[in-house]
Amino acid sequence: MIYQGKQKIWSDYQKEIPDDKWYYVRSCIRQNFFPASEKMFMEICRNVLGKDIYENEHHTTCGGIAYHCDTIPQETVMTIVARQFALMTEAGYENYVASCITSFGNYTEILETWNEFPELEAKIRELLWKACRKEFKKPKHLAHSSDLIFKFRNEIAEKAKFLLVNKETGEPLKVVEHIGCHYSKMFPSKGVGGAEYPYVLTGMVESWGGNIIDYPERRHCCGYGFRQYHVKANRGYSISNTHKKFESMAPYKPDMIITNCPGCPYFLDRWQYVIAEMEGKTYGQNGFGIPVFTYEEVAGLVLGYDPWDLGLQLHQTAVEPLLDKIGIEYDPEQKYKGLDRKDIMRPELPKTMKCF
Amino acid sequence: MNGFGFKLSPSSAINLDKIDRTLFDELCRIEPDALRCMACGSCTATCTASGLSGMSVRKMLLNLQRGKVNETVRMISGCMLCGKCTMVCPRGIKTRRLILTVSRLYKKEEQV
Repeated sequence: MIYQGKQKIWSDYQKEIPDDKWYYVRSCIRQNFFPASEKMFMEICRNVLGKDIYENEHHTTCGGIAYHCDTIPQETVMTIVARQFALMTEAGYENYVASCITSFGNYTEILETWNEFPELEAKIRELLWKACRKEFKKPKHLAHSSDLIFKFRNEIAEKAKFLLVNKETGEPLKVVEHIGCHYSKMFPSKGVGGAEYPYVLTGMVESWGGNIIDYPERRHCCGYGFRQYHVKANRGYSISNTHKKFESMAPYKPDMIITNCPGCPYFLDRWQYVIAEMEGKTYGQNGFGIPVFTYEEVAGLVLGYDPWDLGLQLHQTAVEPLLDKIGIEYDPEQKYKGLDRKDIMRPELPKTMKCF
Repeated sequence: MNGFGFKLSPSSAINLDKIDRTLFDELCRIEPDALRCMACGSCTATCTASGLSGMSVRKMLLNLQRGKVNETVRMISGCMLCGKCTMVCPRGIKTRRLILTVSRLYKKEEQV
């Protein structure tokens, strides 16, 4: 078979992803934004797919957030990462899976740097030993958690209770996929599908019945950009980036956005509210925004989990229009009930963008 | 309306579908030379005003095709009409006349 276009690119960028026995590290910020995503990943891996995936409460941030904000040097990040690898080694695992795109990029960059400069690796080993008496083996395989869901996308599709299909028209939903910049823009060969047209989320959406939209600013940053957001005076750059993306995707009328990065869903979700307040413009249908999801949340919806157990009530942009399109049942009364049906209080609703 | 402490910056993206090319088409009708430029940059390299005012015939044609009218009109106001660019143009474009025509055609546009 002769592959052409994107299929050719995708066939060039294949990645070996082991089936089982993974050491999992969480993101330092994701649980604040989309709290059920990582829980859902573990739930899917352990209980739906029956995989051996281990996590350790002693792991810390990878340091990537500070590194990309230019507040700590790479040697410091390397030592933090070396400690994470030491925890993996102590637990007896060799395959390392990170929940965060920036962590994944960070680990990739560090392993590549050690490969190029072995003396630096030796120095970090020494620093780690001096700091906490730990030693480590480098992981045999490094993956992002979306790589795993991508690998098992067809198994998930077989168990699916819902597909990404409009129940009224029977048409596939129009999905925008957004890949975190640190996934493969730095090291294209480390991501599924390369940097220009990564296949990792596209593959999931295709398996689960949706259609991907190819729009001009598809590979543009979500706007987070670390320094662009963390320094308040720079936030105009951040939101202008996001605005550019939305202006570019709007003519294609997407039903939803799926992302695989901690920052991207947050900014694509929250900035829609800010743009609506600033410009009076919303990008979804009937005054709503375009719902934004992490891939774990989409996998959870496809598998039939309760939307409120997936933490979808914490999204700024209302998700109900999409749930209605797919035909997923939900109880509006339960939206703001947390664990044990405890009331988590209702947020103030925005003036311009419609929300429930 | 908002007290966010930051605001949206206008996008620098150029959407060719949204550009009104009426004036550029008129320019090409009057001065077919506008389409003969191959953007070699000889005119800019030899331009006396280029280093002082940013004047560039090559950029003038590119900007007009991209709908950047106001900045083009501002830029060509720095031209001294010395004609050196006409002498070096490998395509034989009468750049001096082209600049004058652009100035005449687009001047009104800028005032609007």
